[in-house]
Amino acid sequence: MKQSANPGNSQPRWLFPFVVTVVFVLSALPLGRLAATGIASALTGGARQLLTDPALWEAVYNTLTTSFFGMIAAVILGGGFALLLTLFDIRGKTALGFLFMLPTMIPPQVTALSWIGMTGPSSALLKAVGLAPPLGSPQPLYSLGGIALLYGVQNAPLVYLSLRAGLLALPRDGVEAARLAGASSLQVLKDVILPLSLPGFAAGAAIAFVSCVGNFGIPAILGIPASIYTLPTLIYAKFAAFGSGTFAEISILSALIALLSIVGLVVEARVLRGRDYRVIGLSGQVAVFRLGIWRLPAQLLLWLTILVILVMPLTALVASSLAPAYGVPLTPSTVTVKAYEEILFRQSVTRTAFTNSIGLSLATAFGLLVVAVLVGYFLVRSKSRVTGLISALAEIPYALPGVVLAVAFILLFAAPIPFIGVSIYGTIWIILIAYLSSFLAVSLKPVVSAFRQLDPSLEEAARLSGAGFGQRLTDILVPLVAPAAGASVILVFLIACNELTISALLWSAGTQTLGVAIYNLDDSGSFNLASALSVLVVIMVIALMLLLELMAKRLPKGVVPWRS
Amino acid sequence: MAQLILDNISKQFDTTDRAAVSGVSLTVREGGFLALLGPSGCGKTTVLRMIAGFEQPSDGAILLGEKCLADGRAMVPPEHRNMAMVFQSYALWPHMSVAENVGYPLKVRGLSGQARDAKVREALASVRLEKFADRRPADLSGGQRQRVALARCLVTDPDVVLLDEPLANLDRHLRQEMEETFREFHSRSGATMIYVTHDQAEAMALATDVAVMSEGRLLQVATPEEIYARPQGRLVGELIGQGAILSLPLIGEGLRLLDWPAMRALLEDRRPSTQIDILVRPQDVELAEGGVPATVTSVLFEGERYAVRLSLLDGQTLRAFAREAVRVGEKLHVVIRSAWRL
Repeated sequence: MKQSANPGNSQPRWLFPFVVTVVFVLSALPLGRLAATGIASALTGGARQLLTDPALWEAVYNTLTTSFFGMIAAVILGGGFALLLTLFDIRGKTALGFLFMLPTMIPPQVTALSWIGMTGPSSALLKAVGLAPPLGSPQPLYSLGGIALLYGVQNAPLVYLSLRAGLLALPRDGVEAARLAGASSLQVLKDVILPLSLPGFAAGAAIAFVSCVGNFGIPAILGIPASIYTLPTLIYAKFAAFGSGTFAEISILSALIALLSIVGLVVEARVLRGRDYRVIGLSGQVAVFRLGIWRLPAQLLLWLTILVILVMPLTALVASSLAPAYGVPLTPSTVTVKAYEEILFRQSVTRTAFTNSIGLSLATAFGLLVVAVLVGYFLVRSKSRVTGLISALAEIPYALPGVVLAVAFILLFAAPIPFIGVSIYGTIWIILIAYLSSFLAVSLKPVVSAFRQLDPSLEEAARLSGAGFGQRLTDILVPLVAPAAGASVILVFLIACNELTISALLWSAGTQTLGVAIYNLDDSGSFNLASALSVLVVIMVIALMLLLELMAKRLPKGVVPWRS
Repeated sequence: MAQLILDNISKQFDTTDRAAVSGVSLTVREGGFLALLGPSGCGKTTVLRMIAGFEQPSDGAILLGEKCLADGRAMVPPEHRNMAMVFQSYALWPHMSVAENVGYPLKVRGLSGQARDAKVREALASVRLEKFADRRPADLSGGQRQRVALARCLVTDPDVVLLDEPLANLDRHLRQEMEETFREFHSRSGATMIYVTHDQAEAMALATDVAVMSEGRLLQVATPEEIYARPQGRLVGELIGQGAILSLPLIGEGLRLLDWPAMRALLEDRRPSTQIDILVRPQDVELAEGGVPATVTSVLFEGERYAVRLSLLDGQTLRAFAREAVRVGEKLHVVIRSAWRL
């Protein structure tokens, strides 16, 4: 019989070094490199020049104001939806919830394009119904207010989810006890439910703020034409006008964004501390209040909101994609699918973008699947104390804005890799590594929750049957976590395919992604081509979301991000 | 096959100060059926998991015949121990059919085709589940799942079969049926079996030997008859049978089995002296004239008899059975026919 030195646990000896290496390369190394460059350039005085630059302070001001008002808008929209859909007897809750969650999965640059298509003098939609403002009048969204509004629409689902999770975890008997004590519905709402749901509100607001601070797609499309820069777009601009001090500057700028994000995340963690959903574990519904005669107006209001924030912009997007050129009115005689032909069959740039994005997303999704199964297994099975550190390190890259991560990888790979002497800078590989790093947490979460739900004795029975680690993995563990693993692949694919922020900084000729292609088409004035490409992306997003929705019943709780 | 020896094994988990198991030494003879009995948290499951190889002992050694399975430094992983286990949760793989579940240990050993099918059929036949071979575990009842788990243990002729509270999740009727199945399984397979339970009746009914544990220590190992008749120490006395334990003054080092005159002398002795523990089982307490006075504190009708709780003059509690109803508060006299000094 073979004896092994450390066999009480079920992990093979190579697993721990593997997990540590993965987390080191994908998280600790790039972030450490960023921190090192940031600190070094701050110490050598590179910071002084940057800090005296008024453009920086203007970008900070823009970032903070747009993020703050974006957060307010997100709280009003998301909070209203969460309260109405969770606590009251609204009809069509599932459909409303799904439609409300859509904007968060639609890439921000597509959201921005669709809203541009909906407003302003050149809107194909407004022209078609004869409501377009006169030519020459300004596009109202090219402003701080426009950016903030779209931040609100994009991030309202985050507030919705956070608040809804809190509301669903409310103890039902507490509500019933208040009722029995003689409180009216309104008093219960005011005295019991709202105070208890404040942490959900606060956490949702904090996470929305972080998401606004790191947003690149919206200020890139709405801000840059009007010379309004936020921190992420300032990094982009500095990087485009590459100079000798660029690395120092962008590392300090990213550090600023990282700091702002960390403040937001700390706020979120603090307000959520001690709120353990598993202990409360109420899977049922919160007590539903009757709206009575207010039900119809409330339902109308909800559907109207969906119409304004989702249906109209998307209709405008479709209209823009079918118009022959930007600004030409859309009538039955001018409708054309030329833009689709162009992007699908003629333009080599968009076809390369399709190939790149789909290839990158598939490679990321399946590469991370292997990593997530092994790392997830380690995190759940290991009794070691380092698991906390490892799971935190795996979470950080996704929590940080994409632009910060992109800068970290630029700094890490700008020079050829030591010892091997190969440079991956400017190739598709640097995008792939950055994707693997950024989406590790997305891939890990469903797999970890599936492993946690697994009865350990299922694996122990296989061990006593004589199965080694590889055999247990293929025969027992992988089949049992397969639904969650499938969800993880689809989620990562969905997010990676829509990604813009990371690839905007890391792409070069021939390695553009779909996000970059949409942005470049819009930037060069081909609005209808950008719209057509966006329509295809939205269709893909909705199809994949519906697929996950269908799988949701077989998945552990919390795996599908828009379901609570 | 050979005897299984636990040599002074201890287990200390990192997370707690107290050792989960300390200094347990035990020899299970080849083909024996040992019940590990004790209240929950006494360390019996940890002992079982160390035998299986899921935990490594912090100290001591586990041997199967001449082979050392584990000591404080190294151990044979469970994959290579040729043991089998019935888990409390049955641990059937939900994505495999009944036949695939039972055949998996053979598949891992590289057996395939007709040889495997025949063995699987044989194992399923022995637990009377041939007709269910193609079902999924989810489609079976609790008792049927338990039998599948047992069949999975059977197929490979393991050296040792471990059972971790296998009846805890079954109702009373099924328990009796499964006890019968286990007995049959043991006598036919001849495998060494170790059975963890907190139910003393289960342990008595099934095992050839019973080991009683408490707070990580082994208190007594003996045959069921021996452990019932001659329990060692207060903890074992409390755990086995439904007896009451009296604290009485020590008079000399006499016999441990006490009859009525000896008990009467102890009960009526009022001299202060060292107290000893005396186990009195309810069937040995007779409500009769000429005994010591006692007061009824509670009565429970159990169908065939009344279970009576009595209070002696000095306040100590005694349990007895009565054929006729008695009232709470009634003053009676009791005769203790037999008692055991712990």
